[in-house]
Amino acid sequence: MEKKVLLSEEQPGFGEGLLKALAMEPAEVVKTVKDSGIRGRGGAGFPAGLKWSLAADASSNVKYVVCNADEGEPGTFKDRVLIENYSRRLFEGMAVAGYAIGSTQGIVYLRAEYAYLVPVLEEAAGLSAGEGFLGENIQGTGFSFDIEIRVGAGAYVCGEETALLESLEGRAGLPRNKPPYPVSSGYLGKPTVINNVETFCAIPHIILNGAEWYFDLGVGECSGTKLFSISGDVERPGVYELPMGSPLEELLELAGADDVQAVQVGGASGRTIAAKDLGKPLSFKGLPPGGSVIVFDSSVEMTGVLENFMEFFVHESCGQCTPCREGTPQLLKAVEAVMSGAVSSIQELDDYFTLARVMKTTSKCGLGQTAANCFVDIITGFTEFHGDGHHHHGGDA
Amino acid sequence: MAGISVKIDGDDYSVPAGSTILDACLEAGIDIPRLCHHEKLESAGNCRVCIVEVEGMNTLPPSCVTPVAENMVISTQSPAVSEARKVMVNLLLAAHNCDCLVCEAAGNCELQDLAYELGIDVRSRMFENSREDLEPVDRSSPVLQYDPSKCIMCTRCIRACRDIQGKGILAALHRGAEMTVGTGVSVWNNSACDGCGECIQVCPTGALSEKESPGVRSWEMEKVRTSCAYCGVGCQLDMWVHDNKLVKVEGADIEPNFGSTCVKGRFGHTFVNRDDRLETPLIRRNGRLEKATWSEAIALVAEKIGGIRDKYGADAIAGLCSAKVTNEENYLFQKMMRAAIGTNSVDHCARLCHASTVTGLAAAFGSGAMTNSIAELEHAKCILVTGSNTTETHPVIATVIRRAVRKHGAKLIVVDPRRIDLVKDAALWLRQKNGTDVAWLNGMMNVIISENLQDTAFIEGKTAGFEEMRSVVELFNPEMVEKITGIPGEKIVEAARIFAEAEVSSIVYSMGITQHITGTDNVLSVANLAMLTGNVGRASSGVNPLRGQNNVQGACDVGGLPDVYPGYQKVADPANRKKFEQAWGKQLSPDNGLTVMEIIDSLETGKVKGLIIMGENPMISDPNLNHAERALDSAEFLVVSDIFLTETAEKADVVLPAASFAEKNGTFTNTERRVILVRKALDAPGEARSDWQIICDLSTALGYPMSYGSSSEIMDEIAEVTPIYGGIHHDRIQEVGLQWPCADRGHPGTMYLHKGKFKRGMGQFHPVDFIPPAESPDSEYPFILSTGRILFHYHTGSMTRRVDALNEFVSGAYAEIHPEDVRRLGLVDGGPVRISTRRGQIETTVKSTEMVAEGSVFVPFHFAESAANVLTNDSLDPVAKIPELKVAACQVSRV
Repeated sequence: MEKKVLLSEEQPGFGEGLLKALAMEPAEVVKTVKDSGIRGRGGAGFPAGLKWSLAADASSNVKYVVCNADEGEPGTFKDRVLIENYSRRLFEGMAVAGYAIGSTQGIVYLRAEYAYLVPVLEEAAGLSAGEGFLGENIQGTGFSFDIEIRVGAGAYVCGEETALLESLEGRAGLPRNKPPYPVSSGYLGKPTVINNVETFCAIPHIILNGAEWYFDLGVGECSGTKLFSISGDVERPGVYELPMGSPLEELLELAGADDVQAVQVGGASGRTIAAKDLGKPLSFKGLPPGGSVIVFDSSVEMTGVLENFMEFFVHESCGQCTPCREGTPQLLKAVEAVMSGAVSSIQELDDYFTLARVMKTTSKCGLGQTAANCFVDIITGFTEFHGDGHHHHGGDA
Repeated sequence: MAGISVKIDGDDYSVPAGSTILDACLEAGIDIPRLCHHEKLESAGNCRVCIVEVEGMNTLPPSCVTPVAENMVISTQSPAVSEARKVMVNLLLAAHNCDCLVCEAAGNCELQDLAYELGIDVRSRMFENSREDLEPVDRSSPVLQYDPSKCIMCTRCIRACRDIQGKGILAALHRGAEMTVGTGVSVWNNSACDGCGECIQVCPTGALSEKESPGVRSWEMEKVRTSCAYCGVGCQLDMWVHDNKLVKVEGADIEPNFGSTCVKGRFGHTFVNRDDRLETPLIRRNGRLEKATWSEAIALVAEKIGGIRDKYGADAIAGLCSAKVTNEENYLFQKMMRAAIGTNSVDHCARLCHASTVTGLAAAFGSGAMTNSIAELEHAKCILVTGSNTTETHPVIATVIRRAVRKHGAKLIVVDPRRIDLVKDAALWLRQKNGTDVAWLNGMMNVIISENLQDTAFIEGKTAGFEEMRSVVELFNPEMVEKITGIPGEKIVEAARIFAEAEVSSIVYSMGITQHITGTDNVLSVANLAMLTGNVGRASSGVNPLRGQNNVQGACDVGGLPDVYPGYQKVADPANRKKFEQAWGKQLSPDNGLTVMEIIDSLETGKVKGLIIMGENPMISDPNLNHAERALDSAEFLVVSDIFLTETAEKADVVLPAASFAEKNGTFTNTERRVILVRKALDAPGEARSDWQIICDLSTALGYPMSYGSSSEIMDEIAEVTPIYGGIHHDRIQEVGLQWPCADRGHPGTMYLHKGKFKRGMGQFHPVDFIPPAESPDSEYPFILSTGRILFHYHTGSMTRRVDALNEFVSGAYAEIHPEDVRRLGLVDGGPVRISTRRGQIETTVKSTEMVAEGSVFVPFHFAESAANVLTNDSLDPVAKIPELKVAACQVSRV
């Protein structure tokens, strides 16, 4: 069932969470976030509290808080909804992070396609500053925190945090080698916390209501609520907030999905699952809970969907590392060969499955590491091979 | 550093903290295949060939960028690693234009080696070719070509251009599989690429290669390690030869250049292959130079020179040795002049470049050479560059300076009338009026003393003459200095503070300091500044005159000067004379000889009648060329040995064909006092012979027999009579050169001079007052002219102008004139212009540029057809006898 916290119609006033945080010790704030169990809402799921504590412990006079608003995963639009409606909550969460780690400067990195939201963000920042929740000496506490809005240039890979940093620094968005991680050497080489829009938006609620309250929102071992953007062959596409760990079928029910051949969970880089797996939970241990859910009904030829996704990855690969730069076009060629009927059995694709495995373990960043997921899922689950040289989409194969 | 325990392929190792996995494996003797990694470059972690498996990690990390951690368990050969590596190489091969059959890199290609190692043949390729069309090769550069179809996007070239050369011209363009290397401005030649070829040097495949094909497979070439024949940096090169032709040059990865070269070093040596090399002796008969035999030529020289000596005395003969030939040859030449002929009149073009360095630094420190080493510059905290357009004249040293700034945060101060390339990296640029160097140097010292920033302990403990120096410097307050030099007073103050407050500061200078009538004064002032701040006798500090020619240091060291024997042992000291009389078995002249400019003057007055020139071209290099030409024309007998029929050789009575540096063995001494080997890579053309062999025959014919089996034997003799070379022998410098002073066989050489105390005992401050240049602009000659070198050509152009690629970069003479002056005078950029001085005039081409200040003109001196030295002033520094090549008053007018 839906559980609205971030999207709740009865929200605490903007700034209340920050005020409460400012009355706490920074270490206490970090501990609260740690205890809440919240993990990165962008999809990678790194524990936010651990990230903050690493940045807090890094010794530097200058640190940064960066909001990853480069919401580029195909099928994801939850952050857009948050920015449209709750930008002030976002800033509040960033300010709490700033206070917790010892930073006075936040930067929102907004995807190029969301440039029309810049006025929204600026208006919100103005309101918050006007009420003394941003800027110098916030609410007389001596803590200062400013926000800068920066717009990307349209590269998917800039959602990867180190590519994002490169872009912020004015260079091409090429992911960095890690370590060092941004918590020790991030923006301009300074310790930097980078979190997703949704993560920051959850923070004030956690501060106001406590770690335990937040943790208990989730199902079982899962913590908190999660926003999902659902689209495709459903009656009521949109953004839904559910307890983390909810089974996928609950979300499908809310959105109204009757005829389900396949569901792409977690975007192009996520997993493609068949109807038999709809009972699996959306969680960091289950189906990738990044936020994108796309439903395909039985009329859709999934190999064509795969071709579309592979073209996307070929286009978006930054080109730095061999497995991604050269691997994605090879996978696309394999898909094209399948579609043209040139492949008569899945065994003929053995080398491409090897390639898929190697891309996962050797690519420089998440893009290359996950680009082959859809290939593996759709070729093994939704593609039939016949010795006659014609292929058929197999529905619930 | 504390050791970190790791397990690699089942064995335990302790490796230094901060090591990468690759470092650790290499240390353990386990090699890991890799393509984008290069030991001289920051790792990129791009090719993913060097991946390893680490217990507990679910990815295979690239070993080149992954640091070791305590108790890490690493497998370099696990099935997952082997599988991944095989996939990686297959992916690269699928995207690679594998035309190894005709690729220049075949046999020298890291991708090819890796495919071989992994046994990936055409049948076992995992993937089909992913490159549908082969992109065109960019052949627009005069020297190199880029074939994108062979590029594996390792980005070594991009990193080398940015981090080693400090140029940053190359970048990765586009994304994904369309990624390519480029300059970002259409074709290669439209960029600022100056053709150094560092990118070729690091390219693992055939993507970047020399534009001119060697015409032979790499395994058929022979590789010979030798020293560059151009500037004083002394780059070590590997020359690839085949069929007695030089076909390719690479930088050798040792001191002092560590693989780097400039465009001339890598692409500018093909002059040795030219068919207009001198191949037989020539004798002037009936006014024309005609072919002759060696025995005829030697006999004629002996007869004529011997005759002049017998008739007019030995001092009627003079000799010019050469900054281009080897130490051994210069030693024999001066020995011949002194012992066989009996005169000390031996000099060479060092007189025109760093004579004032030798006089000035000898007086201040006791030794007239670069105090420190090239590599030390990278770790100076402040570098003051003045009168040196280092990027063009000593390109590889410029890369060291740029790395000091960009990589290590050094502050660079440039003091130069021109907006030279290094200004881009400078924290501060002071633009002085030409010829006002003593004033700004005194100004900086004035500020240092008035702000009490001097190194008092150093001054008191190691120097003398401070008070006398101070009494002069006190007058040069910043306001006064601004009036003389045009440098704003506050910039003088800032420069003084930066220089004095840095932990270690180094001064780099060249001919902008030395080529003045106050050249010695300028050098003394530079020495004053270094001593005042305690910047002598420490690593990365010092006074560092960059010597111009490949062996100008050595030619001076081994006695190619009229007042000193080898090792700067003064002729005037009878004890020295006695020593050399004993060593050479001949009575020697007690009188100092004549300098270059005095020889020229004496030819005209008839005091000198016979002149022997070995590998110099005063018809282009000397100031006031019209005067020099009259002088050479009035010689009774002129002998020239050279590799080409130069402008000077054309005037000779006898021309002797010499072997080039590539055709003989010997040594050069580079600007940092490093004695480096020159190795024979080719047979000399026709009957051309090494200068040392020519000298032996000549000397013998003159009645003083000389005979050596090899240049190594000559060096042994040099070591015997030259204390600073006492321990230098060819067998000791087969790998890396030795820096003098080097007293004996056990001595390791000297990285920097004056450690502990100065060579002369106490460092000597000199009070130096400002004297204006010999010529100042006036209503008749309203512009200031200076001359100098450019990157793409060298000295009198006899070598570089015979290299097509260099001519493609710059084909002829020009004059840099400020755009405002161009406009005012009604000139056109690229159009003709006439430049005249009191001595002569030339016509050349306008290059409109803000490189020069308004009212100033700069003309490179390499070009015979518009010879800048027709214009230059032959007024001399009274001590060093160096002419004022850097300042002349001139007119600029339309043609």
